Amino acid sequence: MDKYYIGIDIGSISTKAVIIDDDKNIVVSDYIWTCGSPIEATKKVITNLDNKLKEKNIIPKIYGVGTTGSARNLVGNVVGANIIKNEITAHAIGTLSRYPDVRTILEIGGQDSKIIILNQGIVVDYAMNTLCAAGTGAFLSSQAKRLGIDIENMGDIALTSKSPSKIAARCTVFAESDLVHKAQIGHKKEDLIAGLCNSVVKNYLNNLSRGKKIEDKVVFQGGVSKNKGVVKAFENELNKKIYVDENSHLMGALGIAILSKEANKEEKEIDFDFNIKDVAFKTVGVECSGCSNNCEIIYIYKNNKVIDKIGGRCEKSNLLQNKVANI
Amino acid sequence: MSSKKYVISFPHIGNYYVPVYNLLSKLIDKDTTKILVPDKMSKNTIDIGSKFSPEYICVPFKYNMGNFIESLNKGANVLIQAGGGCRYGYYAEIQEQILRDMGYDFKYITLLDPEGVNIKKVYGRFKKINEKLKFKDFALHFIFAIKAINILDKFETYIRENIVFEKNKGELEKIHKNFLEELKYINSYKELYEFKNKYFNLAKNAVKNDKSDVIKIGIVGELYTSMEPFSSMFLEKELSQMGCFVKRYTTVTYLLFEKGRAQKGHLKNAKDYVCHSLGADGLESVSHTLELVNNGYDGIIHIKPFGCTPEINAMPILQKISREKNIPIIYFTFDSQTSEAGIKTRLEAFLDMMVMRKEKIKKNRREVYG
Repeated sequence: MDKYYIGIDIGSISTKAVIIDDDKNIVVSDYIWTCGSPIEATKKVITNLDNKLKEKNIIPKIYGVGTTGSARNLVGNVVGANIIKNEITAHAIGTLSRYPDVRTILEIGGQDSKIIILNQGIVVDYAMNTLCAAGTGAFLSSQAKRLGIDIENMGDIALTSKSPSKIAARCTVFAESDLVHKAQIGHKKEDLIAGLCNSVVKNYLNNLSRGKKIEDKVVFQGGVSKNKGVVKAFENELNKKIYVDENSHLMGALGIAILSKEANKEEKEIDFDFNIKDVAFKTVGVECSGCSNNCEIIYIYKNNKVIDKIGGRCEKSNLLQNKVANI
Repeated sequence: MSSKKYVISFPHIGNYYVPVYNLLSKLIDKDTTKILVPDKMSKNTIDIGSKFSPEYICVPFKYNMGNFIESLNKGANVLIQAGGGCRYGYYAEIQEQILRDMGYDFKYITLLDPEGVNIKKVYGRFKKINEKLKFKDFALHFIFAIKAINILDKFETYIRENIVFEKNKGELEKIHKNFLEELKYINSYKELYEFKNKYFNLAKNAVKNDKSDVIKIGIVGELYTSMEPFSSMFLEKELSQMGCFVKRYTTVTYLLFEKGRAQKGHLKNAKDYVCHSLGADGLESVSHTLELVNNGYDGIIHIKPFGCTPEINAMPILQKISREKNIPIIYFTFDSQTSEAGIKTRLEAFLDMMVMRKEKIKKNRREVYG
């Protein structure tokens, strides 16, 4: 029986999951919206994976489960992951498995963006956007809505533009007023869209690649990498070939699946339940009043039993558990 | 409300409230004055502090304001503020104005003048709340306080650099807690030295002899976020829990007594990158980074409050060092936000990066030497 590994990347906007085999090939994958509810999204994504496996007549033996993305701790506890890792490491590992000679990873997701610099297969530097979501997928999709087009078509429309509009790149508030203004004085829609793609790229480079040298090979991933207009804008701006993998949106999930394989050194089978959709999970948030830190603690319940807690700096938060258990 | 005439309070920074308490208890006239240690740093401190501070001021100002307001509400009517070489230098005046505009009535004592510590001027200010205070006593107590701070710094440095090697988890933290409690009431040099030996022995016994391979991280940057763990979301503690050795240069001892003398050395040390001071601790950040690189540290964390100009000056230089010396440096900026998730993610990734690097270097060595 072959060994399989599950990787789940729960982002703020979308949840991605893959199942890989022992040779790190993606067997099945799924991509859905998180819709603000990571546990529900995880249940759904796992059910989808299960159905896809059944279509392929595979009955998997699971040897590793990993979670990454902003809800990694919560979901990791829920599914019983054997590894929970940050998305920066996961992305690097995922991309390295496909492009061993990658030097620069550009990643633009729904709410965040990052740049990862590698040298000889080792992460040597990275940056992540901090305060502001300018130049991310959320901005592009809100502007697509404003212009009345589907986000999926945005890239193709952008490629038809011959003279992209100039749109401010520093801040989405400025970009938006620029966009409205240019639209009202008669710029063509495709020029506006191409201008938007350029402004996302400029914003990204200004915010993240400060002081970093972007060297070949450059791989672009995350949801926004599906937008050909942004890919082209990167190529023009950096004057380099940009590689976009067909699974560019799954690299984080792939990376964490690989890490879960590496973490399972004893190669024991993991007790993983695909029927997770029937299990009731509940979370309860409590503010610990043990001291002035007022730590926020989240208790996770599986079928009304506490299975884990997140948060809390000291042992005092354990005492709270007895109180919470009665809720 | 207290029945005493004066209730004296001051802003928090790290555990320095302990020697400050010790010093003040000797300077005041106990019949008329009481010391009020400000409330422990909490979300409330920063919430209330931000509310009454200019939005764009650096975050230590907001913490100080929070401490002051919390103390004033508990009856404090004498406030003490230090000062420094950057915006910190005008905190005192602005805070006094804001607090008076808010309707509080209090006396205000500043410790640092633009030219540095002028002990005569400071004495004059304390004399206003304690007429019996003699200059000779004042000076002696001051010197004693400096010694106490020195020992506190040494001890905390020892804890910081050894907590990752402790035999039983949590032991050093307990010893540290008792240390602080006892230091408050030390009165003579004899007591102080006995106290010092006792606690160093306790701490040394709690530490393993085997100090095997760990990831070594140096922290450089602005002084407040370096010294007040609440403002850096307990960064150092987080690092030790992840199994790192943490080195930090900035302490009060360093700032008050070593920094001035060290300036020339820093300029020499950093001469390939800087040829003059960058304001406040900017030059130190550069020079210390180079020192950490030469001492084989695995990575460096640079921290600052949002908008800290001297450290912003240092950053492009640090980026250049990072490129040229091939050392990972990560930059954190703190403001009044209290969400830890972003910082944890970045720290975790930073550590993964260093662990991978280390493994790779070891592997390469094995390949070379067989």
